[in-house]
Amino acid sequence: MNGPLIELDGVSRSFSVGGGLFMRKRPLHAVSGVSLAIGRGESLALVGESGCGKSTLARLMIGLLEPSAGAIRLDGKTLAAHGRHAVARRIQPVFQDPYSSLNPRKTVGAIIGLPLDVQGGADGAQRRRQVEAMMEHVGLARRLYHNYPNQLSGGQRQRVAIARALITHPEIVVCDEPTSALDVSVQSQILNLLQDLRRELGLTYVFISHNLAVVEHIATRVAVMYLGRIVEEAATGALFRAPRHPYTRALLDSVLTPEPGLGVPDTHLGAAYPDPVNPPPGCAFHPRCSAALVQCRRDRPSLAGDDRARVACHLYVSSRSGLTRRTS
Amino acid sequence: MAALLEVENLRVDIPTPSGLLHAVRGVDLQLDRGETLSLVGESGCGKSLTALALMGLLPAAAQRSALRLRFGGEDLVALPEREMSDLRGDRMAMVFQEPMTSLNPAYTVGDQLEEALLRHRRLPRSKARERAVFLLDRVGITAAGSRLSQYPHQLSGGLRQRVMIAMALMCGPELIVADEPTTALDVTVQAQILRLLKELQREFKMALILITHDLGIVARVADRVAVMYAGEVVESAPVKALFQASRHPYTRGLMRCIPVPGRTRPGEKLGVIAGLVPTPIGDLTGCQFRNRCENARPDCARPGPEFRRLDAGHEVRCVLAA
Ligand SMILES: Nc1ncnc2c1ncn2[C@@H]1O[C@H](COP(=O)(O)OP(=O)(O)OP(=O)(O)O)[C@@H](O)[C@H]1O
Ligand SMILES: Nc1ncnc2c1ncn2[C@@H]1O[C@H](COP(=O)(O)OP(=O)(O)OP(=O)(O)O)[C@@H](O)[C@H]1O
Ligand code: SF4
Ligand SMILES: [Mg+2]
Ligand SMILES: [Mg+2]
Repeated sequence: MNGPLIELDGVSRSFSVGGGLFMRKRPLHAVSGVSLAIGRGESLALVGESGCGKSTLARLMIGLLEPSAGAIRLDGKTLAAHGRHAVARRIQPVFQDPYSSLNPRKTVGAIIGLPLDVQGGADGAQRRRQVEAMMEHVGLARRLYHNYPNQLSGGQRQRVAIARALITHPEIVVCDEPTSALDVSVQSQILNLLQDLRRELGLTYVFISHNLAVVEHIATRVAVMYLGRIVEEAATGALFRAPRHPYTRALLDSVLTPEPGLGVPDTHLGAAYPDPVNPPPGCAFHPRCSAALVQCRRDRPSLAGDDRARVACHLYVSSRSGLTRRTS
Repeated sequence: MAALLEVENLRVDIPTPSGLLHAVRGVDLQLDRGETLSLVGESGCGKSLTALALMGLLPAAAQRSALRLRFGGEDLVALPEREMSDLRGDRMAMVFQEPMTSLNPAYTVGDQLEEALLRHRRLPRSKARERAVFLLDRVGITAAGSRLSQYPHQLSGGLRQRVMIAMALMCGPELIVADEPTTALDVTVQAQILRLLKELQREFKMALILITHDLGIVARVADRVAVMYAGEVVESAPVKALFQASRHPYTRGLMRCIPVPGRTRPGEKLGVIAGLVPTPIGDLTGCQFRNRCENARPDCARPGPEFRRLDAGHEVRCVLAA
């Protein structure tokens, strides 16, 4: 097998927050030491609670943010070495809100074609042909070419955002909650479209979502984040069948499948939400973890395991035969 | 025993530049004490306006009419706004999706919670404070006493939503209307808050109207479900019947759109409902779903269709459900 298409190597990003009259500015570690390798054609989902760093990681991957430490490599070369334009051609984002991410004063045709203009090279007629071909690809009628975003439905707007992302034929599409703002009937159309495009164009996805049923449906691999770090990573089927990290378990337990009569499950998570500026020592999850050991309050567990599955939790030991749960 | 809430032929019309928008078109609802009714349906189908119409909180431009609108023995159709506002926050309360629409950023959490009670009851402030601490504790806010002096912006979204729920509970209401109360939260917090709502509901015998478009929430929380489409209830059923034997083509379409682990295979095509919801302006004769319906036939365009009663409590508005 070839090397990964995109690779994150110990990537961290912090922001400086607070400040003001009596307060010192303090660093907020939004993403800490994240290492990930994504192969061509994979569809990697990032999940985790609000504020755990998913969007920050997405913005790092599309080159919108610089890492404070670590490196992101595309085909073995850092994003910086590729240059902004080359990165934009090969990695494109699709964001959550199809309402605010489209310029209301530009027509559909102008919005979808914009990346071509930035790249240069396409003349008027050729540009229009490319835009119309892409519109057809994502299921937008050509008659909408001269329409403005406010004349479109939510699903049509998200298709415009997808068409704009795909017009330069990127290899990687980073989708940050692409269907969260949509009705379920529109969500299913967009998910079907993303699946078709992946097969037809051999795309690689990074897919962020709070909807775990959607993640299970579309992802090939899942990385679970907690407070800026990856705490578990595994193939989708394996992760949903046998989650290891106590946080992953709580997350999966919280999923409300449409089965009447089962009631709302108890997550067994306390309300001790962590402060990202002042993360708990040891395992950042320990104040909410019902399985925590003494060691968890002191030492941060490292992400251990192999290509198949990795977990950062003291309850597991990694050996040549894989990850096994400690028998206390 | 009479139902706690009886709604018959509720209508909400809103004047717009392109004509009168019939946002809610003849909705009938019934709710018993302690019962949970869920309203579901596509964005814009009239869920929020139905709720606001019950609470007497419609935007000024909206016109409400109803054949019958009774709550706990009161006739709301005729009730003057003064008395309506006495009911609100006391016997009926609302929880919104975005807590900041109901929390005032200029006052502490404690002041706002106490105020909710003192407006309706003659009590010493110390008693109101006691209740506030009790309820904050119940909604799972630790160190409740010290939270009272905090301002809303100092709390996370999940905590604010809990404060909102505590506020709705201050007077011990008989009915809570919650409009997408957990949509902005992540799944673990969502589960915590819904579980809490159900617990409190059982404990205090409250009725709950829960608006959501998450079918997972509906299945786990509701006793009965009303599915709305273009301003009308098109199917109404006990929750089990709705998920196991839905009859309206729109409801069935919705059920096929969502991935369900174990039922849908990863990666396989999901169902879709092609086409768009019509804007409810102008002529609205016949079934409004017919331009998207796989089963549509000529008589779907005729006036009606009427509600048909199938089994106990299961009603469908479709010509096929004969
Ligand atoms: N520009 C910024 N300045 C300061 N802090 C930031 C900035 N961007 C993000 N953060 C903080 O970094 C952390 C991670 O934020 P991020 O948006 O990546 O989370 P997320 O996992 O995408 O959350 P959500 O699920 O709510 O979208 C949060 O604590 C957030 O407040
Ligand atoms: N103040 C208003 N002026 C004009 N039209 C309005 C107003 N409020 C709502 N509407 C319209 O009334 C219809 C019903 O709106 P409503 O807010 O009840 O929908 P909803 O079912 O709650 O949708 P969502 O799931 O998006 O919250 C929509 O077509 C909406 O555009
Ligand atoms: S390391 Fe310890 S505290 Fe952290 S998740 Fe594992 S058991 Fe819980
Ligand atoms: Mg985000
Ligand atoms: Mg609404």
